[in-house]
Amino acid sequence: MTDLPILSLMLLVPLVAGIVCLVVSSQTARTVALAATLIDFALGIVLWMKFDVGGAQWQFQESHALFAGFAWKLGIDGIALTLIMLSVFLMPICILASQSIEKRVGEYMAAFLLMEVLMIGVFAAQDLYLFYIFFEAGLIPMYLIIGIWGGAERIYASYKFFLYTLLGSIVMLIAMIWMAQQAGTTDIPTLMQYDFPVDAQKLLWLAFFASFAVKMPMWPVHTWLPDAHVQAPTAGSVILAGVLLKMGGYGFIRFSLPMFPEASAHYAWLIFWLSMIAVVVTSLIALVQHDMKKLIAYSSVAHMAIVTIGLFSFNVQGLEGSMVVMLSHGLVSGALFLCVGVIYDRLHTREIDRYGGLAINMPKYALLFMLFTMASIGLPGTSGFVGEFLSLSGIYQVSSWVAFIATTGIILGAAYMLYLYRRVVFGEQKNADAAAMPDLSVREWLMLGPIAAAVLWMGVYPESFLAPMRNDIAALDARLARAKPESDAKLTMGAPKPHEETAHEGGAH
Amino acid sequence: MQPILLIVFLPLLAAIIGGLGNRALGNTVVKAITTGALFIACGLSWPIFISFVGGHAEPQVVQVLHWVQSGSLTFDWALRVDTLTAIMLVVVTTVSALVHLYSWGYMAEDPDQPRFFAYLSLFTFAMLMLVTADNLVQMFFGWEGVGLASYLLIGFWFRKPSASAAAIKAFVVNRVGDLGFMLGIFGTFLVFNTVSIPEILVRAPGMAGSTIGFLGMQWDTMTILCILLFIGAMGKSAQLGLHTWLPDAMEGPTPVSALIHAATMVTAGVFMVCRLSPMFETSPVAMGVVTAVGAATLFFAATIGTTQWDIKRVIAYSTCSQLGYMFVAAGVGAPGAAMFHLFTHAFFKALLFLGAGSVIHAMHHEQDMRFYGGLRKHIPLTFWAMTMGTLAITGVGIVGLFGFAGFYSKDAILEAAFGAHTSIGMFGFWMGLLAALLTSFYSWRLVFLTFFGKPRWDQSEHIQHAVHDDHHGHDHHAHSDDGTAGYHPHESPINMLIPLAVLSFGAVFAGIAFHHQFISEGSGHFWLGSVAFGEELIHHMHEVPTWVKWAPFAVMLTGLAIAWYGYIRNPGFPAKLVAAIKPIHTFVYNKWFFDELYDRIFVRPAFWLGDKFWKLGDIGLIDRFGPNGSAWAVLQGSRVAAKLQTGFLYSYALVMLLGLTAAISWVLVH
Repeated sequence: MTDLPILSLMLLVPLVAGIVCLVVSSQTARTVALAATLIDFALGIVLWMKFDVGGAQWQFQESHALFAGFAWKLGIDGIALTLIMLSVFLMPICILASQSIEKRVGEYMAAFLLMEVLMIGVFAAQDLYLFYIFFEAGLIPMYLIIGIWGGAERIYASYKFFLYTLLGSIVMLIAMIWMAQQAGTTDIPTLMQYDFPVDAQKLLWLAFFASFAVKMPMWPVHTWLPDAHVQAPTAGSVILAGVLLKMGGYGFIRFSLPMFPEASAHYAWLIFWLSMIAVVVTSLIALVQHDMKKLIAYSSVAHMAIVTIGLFSFNVQGLEGSMVVMLSHGLVSGALFLCVGVIYDRLHTREIDRYGGLAINMPKYALLFMLFTMASIGLPGTSGFVGEFLSLSGIYQVSSWVAFIATTGIILGAAYMLYLYRRVVFGEQKNADAAAMPDLSVREWLMLGPIAAAVLWMGVYPESFLAPMRNDIAALDARLARAKPESDAKLTMGAPKPHEETAHEGGAH
Repeated sequence: MQPILLIVFLPLLAAIIGGLGNRALGNTVVKAITTGALFIACGLSWPIFISFVGGHAEPQVVQVLHWVQSGSLTFDWALRVDTLTAIMLVVVTTVSALVHLYSWGYMAEDPDQPRFFAYLSLFTFAMLMLVTADNLVQMFFGWEGVGLASYLLIGFWFRKPSASAAAIKAFVVNRVGDLGFMLGIFGTFLVFNTVSIPEILVRAPGMAGSTIGFLGMQWDTMTILCILLFIGAMGKSAQLGLHTWLPDAMEGPTPVSALIHAATMVTAGVFMVCRLSPMFETSPVAMGVVTAVGAATLFFAATIGTTQWDIKRVIAYSTCSQLGYMFVAAGVGAPGAAMFHLFTHAFFKALLFLGAGSVIHAMHHEQDMRFYGGLRKHIPLTFWAMTMGTLAITGVGIVGLFGFAGFYSKDAILEAAFGAHTSIGMFGFWMGLLAALLTSFYSWRLVFLTFFGKPRWDQSEHIQHAVHDDHHGHDHHAHSDDGTAGYHPHESPINMLIPLAVLSFGAVFAGIAFHHQFISEGSGHFWLGSVAFGEELIHHMHEVPTWVKWAPFAVMLTGLAIAWYGYIRNPGFPAKLVAAIKPIHTFVYNKWFFDELYDRIFVRPAFWLGDKFWKLGDIGLIDRFGPNGSAWAVLQGSRVAAKLQTGFLYSYALVMLLGLTAAISWVLVH
């Protein structure tokens, strides 16, 4: 493709900047971090512009053998491209959102920059072990961000976060080692074409599932998420919801589905059941929350269930829909956490009842919060709709029951989000301190404005995001074709009724 | 540039400018921009409609932008203009333009006017997207867009808890319908492999007789698809079961009620069934369901309308009931009659609502008709406008001579129901006839309570406040005995009266002017195949026995007579009657207890379950035996090891590193 190793460069810039942040003053660290993330975003745009839509499946490949078959192998397809774009887009916003951090700023910025390195690494890695390292190491900075800069119960939250995610990762590593032995390669594109014996697939699938289900998170291994979100600083929540949760979905689409198609079909109903339960149960739980962040965290679990349902529907609409839900949720839940952060910075409480009537003193905030609320609900014209609609239409082709249960999420989602919005933004100003809060500052506009634009763009013209991944999804769909589950629709043609048809013809003309 | 692009996108542009400009632009500028945009859109819409009426226009589709392309599921942003759309264009833009103008007066004292006008224009844009949709998904876009605008406008006075509660209720109840709509779209795509409406309509007859699995059962394909889509229509058009949001939606400012909750948005369900009428035609069962639901709703809502005291609620239930008529027509295979009633109803119902707004304006926000009375002399122009609206809705007219708008359209529906010669059609006919009596009664009851008799204002808190504020500190005689409490209602300003005049004109002449095109033999030249309206049924409609033609007239007079007796001749009579049938009245007055029922079986259980799932499931079960349990186990097993570590962070990093090293070395050794 190109001589410039752009992916390595995107990893290098934040890494170097992160090291610099450790040694310079607080104010400089902020500037360095912002500059580095902006450079990475610019590099991301170059990546996107140069990406040859409809060209080779794997682009921007780099490969350097290191030792004993372990290689520095990077490369992306359209799926990875969109997720990398999401990461580099959110990072500068996170740095801007960290204005209220005053403790150990240099280390904080370094942790975030390291996070960026690892996130890009996960999506760009083409070597199994390289992927594993990025995937698991990503926990460390997040763990630090929650544990050091988090709220009052940060230790418990970070501990829970660690316990859950570590649990899954160990079995995944063992599975990876076995796969490398069996297939004789750690090259991910090769493994995606490799046919493992069906019995082995089932075990491997479960091992990967253990890790991805936690990352997703799927019910019932989701309980780390509300605590982690509640305790994490705003920017931490944004990255957690925006990108880290996408690693589970990415794992399914990159590993579980192409590498173990038969096992994926075999366990599809496990996924469906867990996802259906998640949609209903976590939505209902979101309805009764008093803590804004917890509410949005629970809503994330429900939205991620739509992703898993779409992925395991084994068709183009489901797969593409899931990808769009992931991108959209990355933007929207990130923005919602920022919205919480904006008022948290002013009042230092996440308690919903302490607010109210914000439409009066913060009309601009009310407008943006409304937009993101609607995007979360999946209003057509926003990014939320496109993904949800495609995902659900995908699963309908497999099972009307699953589609029916999952689609009840649009009712429950509207209920808990509008109930939240009502309590925070509508009503009388019952608390004097909340009534005195100023509207959005320029910095806050710079954080929320770009996300709002992206949400509308993805809602009105999603082609920009669907086009790069179209061939990759089609290839995956072709690979999955042999294990495609049977549809419960069973469309059976009946005897035509000619007299009715003619009657209709008479009516229509 | 195609005029349709301007018609649709000017309101959007105005909404964006008005909404973002808001106070920076100021009240007058925003009002002028939004209202101007709507009058331009309206001015461009009528020529399109006239050209279809004249029979020299061709249906066309204007492509705007690709939207989604996912495998074989593709849909674009595109604007379709055919007869059906043209009707909706004039209805939407005309009522919207007039409501914009009316709001200059009605909202004059509101501190938040730019936001209000921006919402109104946004609504109009979404509604226009809905009616110009060429595929089901764009229709759904408009569908949800009007839902959003409705939510925002119902909750416009967001400080009032009742307003924001009503807004949520409207959105969530509509979403229940949307569940059906979405599943219907998915099913349609599964069966036809497309969401393009023209393609579906062409291929639907070929699917007749096929079966499909849905929720574990085999169904007739077209029946289940049509019923799912119809559930969406029931939500938006407030049909029985999903109607509970509409009366509460009256919390919104009255111009909103006129535009959204009477003339346009709530008719979207009827529009959808008419747009898809060739598809519904393929399933007699689905058609029967449409008729039955419509018939049940029109009766149910009319009974409630007879008992309410809030002037807006009476009109709201009346709207619900009239929508039922439209569904009956669509269900018996007469979408032409349904659209005709939609068309005339838009004028007279918007007129009634705006008239009610004018009364409320004059009565200082008092909405309870028990505190009205004798207003005829104080606000005569409003009185005459309301009378025109009432004559139109009750269907006053002489067969073959002249009638007000509702006379042509409602009678056409009853004739179609009768002429369909099916048992379900007859059910629709008799329910419709009965409800016509109730309609006449509650409509005249409203007029008599409001404009006739003696003033009863002195009991009203709103009026007392007004009098108190006006005369504060002055010497006055507040305790006059004429029931007015010294209050003098004033006629509304000219910008509110002009819309009333225009709509009155429509309420009087919309029927006689267009009945030939909509429902006469040969109307196929008008519809150009945009709805499935068989010549045969039109023929049957005209062949009904004479008593069927005169029956609506008779029940209308009966309803008028009862209202006159009860509210003018013998005002003590209604109270006695209510006392005599207390249980029935309580049941009807409390709206058949739907709200209480839903609260018990849906709302409260949802919160209860959420709480249990959270406290017992997540915390009590998963956390207790998951992370907390294993933490406890680890702690018991490794107290010593834990003491060796200086801090948790470092121990984790160390474990990670050791694990990684071990794993990699293991691979290397192999």
